[in-house]
Amino acid sequence: MSWVGRRLPRYEDPVLLRGDGRYVADLARGARAMRFVRSPVASGRILSVKAPPGAIVITAADLAAVKPICPRLLRPDFVPIAQPVLARDRVRHVGEAIAAVIADSAAAAEDIAEQVEIEIAPETPVVSLDQALAPGAPLVHGDAANNTVIDTGLDAGDVDTAFASAHRVVEFTFTSRRQSAMPLEARAALAVFDTSSGRITLSVSAQSPHLIRTGIADALAMPENELRVIAPDVGGGFGQKVPLIPEHIVAVWAARRYRCAVAWIEDRLENLTAAFHARDQRIALRGAFAADGKLLALDADIQCNIGAYSNSPVTCAVEPLMAMSELPGPYAVGAYRVRSRGITTNTCPMAPYRGVSRPVITSAMERLMDTAASRLGLDPLAVRRRNLISSFPYASVTGIVHDAGSYREAMDTAAETLDIAAFRKRQQSARAEGRYLGLGFSVFAERTGYGTPTFSLRKMEVTVGFERVEVAMDPSGFVEARIGASPHGQGLKTTLAQLLADEIGVAPDRIRIVSGDTDRTPYGFGTFASRSAVVAGGACKLAGIQLRDRLKEVAAQELEAAASDIDIADGRALVRGTDLAVPVPELARAAYHQSHRFPTIVDTGLSAVATYDPAGTFSNACHAAIVEIDTATGKVSLERFVIVEDAGILINPTIVEGQIHGGVAQGIANALYEQIVYDDSGNILTGSLADYLVPTLSEIPDLEIHHLETVTDASITGVKGVGEGGAIGAPGAVLNAVVDALSPFGVEVFEMPITPQRILQLLRESRSRTT
Amino acid sequence: MTDKTEITFTVNGASRTVMVEPRRTLADTLREDCGLTGTHLGCEHGVCGACTILLDGQPVRSCLMFAVQAEGAQLRTVEGLAEGDKLHPIQQAFWDNHGLQCGYCTPGFLMLAVGVLEQNTDIDETELREVLSSNLCRCTGYQNIVKSVLAAAAEMRQWPRSGGP
Repeated sequence: MSWVGRRLPRYEDPVLLRGDGRYVADLARGARAMRFVRSPVASGRILSVKAPPGAIVITAADLAAVKPICPRLLRPDFVPIAQPVLARDRVRHVGEAIAAVIADSAAAAEDIAEQVEIEIAPETPVVSLDQALAPGAPLVHGDAANNTVIDTGLDAGDVDTAFASAHRVVEFTFTSRRQSAMPLEARAALAVFDTSSGRITLSVSAQSPHLIRTGIADALAMPENELRVIAPDVGGGFGQKVPLIPEHIVAVWAARRYRCAVAWIEDRLENLTAAFHARDQRIALRGAFAADGKLLALDADIQCNIGAYSNSPVTCAVEPLMAMSELPGPYAVGAYRVRSRGITTNTCPMAPYRGVSRPVITSAMERLMDTAASRLGLDPLAVRRRNLISSFPYASVTGIVHDAGSYREAMDTAAETLDIAAFRKRQQSARAEGRYLGLGFSVFAERTGYGTPTFSLRKMEVTVGFERVEVAMDPSGFVEARIGASPHGQGLKTTLAQLLADEIGVAPDRIRIVSGDTDRTPYGFGTFASRSAVVAGGACKLAGIQLRDRLKEVAAQELEAAASDIDIADGRALVRGTDLAVPVPELARAAYHQSHRFPTIVDTGLSAVATYDPAGTFSNACHAAIVEIDTATGKVSLERFVIVEDAGILINPTIVEGQIHGGVAQGIANALYEQIVYDDSGNILTGSLADYLVPTLSEIPDLEIHHLETVTDASITGVKGVGEGGAIGAPGAVLNAVVDALSPFGVEVFEMPITPQRILQLLRESRSRTT
Repeated sequence: MTDKTEITFTVNGASRTVMVEPRRTLADTLREDCGLTGTHLGCEHGVCGACTILLDGQPVRSCLMFAVQAEGAQLRTVEGLAEGDKLHPIQQAFWDNHGLQCGYCTPGFLMLAVGVLEQNTDIDETELREVLSSNLCRCTGYQNIVKSVLAAAAEMRQWPRSGGP
C-alpha cells in the first residue's frame, strides 16, 4: 500500500507539543542583545546620530564598506533601488533602521536605544499611490522618476475591436489596502562567531537560508564558506521571511567585529512597522462582455505601492509583474491589454505574502464576473461557466500554458454542495425579518511549483527555482534526505518522507529529512510560491528512484536474481513471484561492509543526488461563502464556507487541508479585517495586535473541503502546489457574498478589507442616493 | 529599576528561586532564568496569548505579569504537561487532529485548554469556542484546534475526578 495519500500524523509534532521546539529566540540565551534604533519619520535628512557614552552603537559610518541591498531585474523598464543596511544620509520610511545597539541584555539594549539621539530634518513624504504619482511629487529615490520603479505592460489580441463590439462594458477600480503576513513568531537572527574556525553561524527565522547566506556574503564581501545559515524551527513566515534583510547583515557584521554572539529578536511593533507589507494595490479594470456573458477583452491599469525599498531576490516588481501576467486567471479571454506599475513611497517595503498579488487580482476578477452578471441580468455562475477554461492544455493570451485542471467541475461541485435554490429561498425569508444573508463565489487557477523555466522569464538577476535533494542510506538501513528547500511550519518533512518511502520501499519513520542548514544541505531556494511539495518533492522522487535502483543492484547479487525482477517494498527486497526476500538493512550493511562485492555501485554507494526544475503546474479551486450582515453595526458573520479544490495528487490530505484552513483564514482576514493604516505623515496607526486585527476563532467558521484530483503530467509526482490557494480564493468569495447580502441596498464593493465602518458608510451613501 | 529582587515560586512541581529586576516579565523569567523556552512570545502586549501559562491553576498571559507578582505561586508551563514519554491528552489530541502547524502558538493554546478543561471537562462547545478565542493562531484557521480540544475533553472526562490519569 502506498504511503502517499495517507493521513499520517506529522513527525514534526511531538517536539513542538512538548515545548522542545527550537525557535531562534530559544537559542539566544547567553548572546548579547542587538536592538535597532528606527526612524520616527517617513522622509528626511539625517543630521546626526549621537550615542550615549560607552555604549556600542553601530551606524552607517561603521558600515561604509558594506554593500547596500539592491536586487535587480535584467530588463530596461526596471529601476533598481538600493537599500543601505543602516540609513545613511536620509530615511525613507518610519521604522527604517538607523543604528544598532549591542548590550548584554535585551532590556539594557532597549535602555540604550532610547538614549541614542537622532536628529532628522523632516521632508514631505509620499505615502499613498496618489501622492506618489502626483505631478511634481517628491522623489523617494532620485533614480526613480515619477516614483516609478517598473512601468510595463502587455497588449495581446484585438482589444479595441472587442470593446467597440461589446454588448456591455463593465468597469470599476478595485482597491486592496495594505496587509502584513504577521507570522506569530516575528523575525529573528542569532549570529555566533566561532573563535576556532573564524566562521559565523547565523540562526535565522527564515524561509530561504541559502539565498540569505549568499546575500550576506555579497554584502560583507566575505567568502560564503565562512558563513553557516541555519533556519531552526520557524514560527510561520507566509512570504515575509523569504527576503534578505538588513538586520541579518548587521548581525553577522557585529558578530565578526566583536567576535561574539549577537541576537536580534524582533518585537511586534517592529514587525508591524518594519517587516515587509503586501497587497497595497489599485486596479482600474474594464471588461468587454457579449450579451451572453462571454468576456471578449480585458483592459487593466495596475498600480502597486511597493514601499520605500525592494526585496531580495524577487524584487519589488514581484507584485506588479505577477498581477499583470496572471490577471485573467482561470478565464479564457482572447484580448488583454494591461499596464502595470510599481510605485515607490515612503512606507515599509513590500514583499511576497501568501498568494502574491493573486488574492487581489482574483478578488478583482471575481467582482468583475458578479458585476457583469448583475448588469447583464445573467446568473453569476453562468457567466463564469461561459468563460472558464475547459480544455487543456490551454495557452492563454499572455502565453501561459495551463496544464490539466478542473475549473468548471470545481465550481459545479461547490454549487451543488450549497444548494443555491434552497439558499435563495432562505435569503428571501430572512430579508423579510430584516436579516441580510449573502452567497458569493470565487474561482481561481494558481500557477504553482515552478522552477527556472518560468522564473527566468521574469529576468531576475537571481533566477530562483530548482530544488536539489541528496539521499543516503546508512549501514543500518535508515535514510537521510538533505533538502535545499526549507520548511516554515507546514509539515514538509512528513510530506517528503511519505513521498520518499514509496520510492525507496521503506517506511517513512525510517527516513529523516534534514533541512534548513547550509552546512548540511545542497543549495536550494527555500519555501515560497507553493513550490516545496512539487519541486522538492519531485527531486525526492528522482533521488528515491536512484537509491532504490542501487538497492536492487545489491539485492540482485544477494538473491541471485536479475535486478529487473526485484521489487523493494515494506522494508525488504523481494524477487517478484517468489518468496525469496532480504530485509533492506541487510542490503545496506552489505553495501557498506562488503562493498568489494558490488562494483556497479562503487561510485555512489547507497546515495543519490537529484535536481528537479519544472515549468509549473496550475492548481485550482472554487470557494463559496455564505455571510450574514448586521446592517445596524456593519458586522459580517460567516455562516458557511465551502472549498472545492484540485491540487492533483494529495500526499497527506490532512496536511493539505491544514494549508487550506490557514490560507482561508488569512483570506477572510484580508477581506474583512486586516489593514495596515498610515496617516498622512507616514506614521503607522496599526502598530499592535489591538489595532491590526488578526482574526480569532470567533471570526473563522469551520470550513468544508472537497477534493478533486486531476492527474497532470506537468509535475512528475502528479502533485500540484497548495500552500497559497486558500488565501487566494477566499477574499473574492467573501466580497461577493457581502455584495449579495447588501443587494437590496444596491451597495457595490470594490475594495478590501470591507470593514464594518466601510459597510456602514456604503449603506449611508446608498440611502442618501435613494432619499 | 535594575536592582534585583529574590523571588521563589514553583514551576512544574519544582521550587525555583531567582533574582530578577522588578521590571522583568514572568515570561522572560521563565524563558531566560528558568530555561523554559517552550513558553513563547508573540506580541508582548497581551493580545496573542502565545505566552499563556497556568498560575495557581488559572490561565494567565505571562507577558503581562511581572515575575515578582509570581512570588509563592504554583506555575505550570508546557514543559510540565507530558509525563516522561507519555504525552498529556491535550498534546496527544493536538497531534492526532493536526491541531498545530508551525507550533509557535501551540504551547499557549495547550495551557489555555488545560486550564479550562481541568476546571470543567463538560464545557459545551459554544463556551469552549469563546474561551479559545482568547489566543491567536496564524497557521491553522483554528478548526483543528477546536477539534483537538474537544477530543482532549472527551479523553479527560474518562479520568477519575481526583484528576490525572
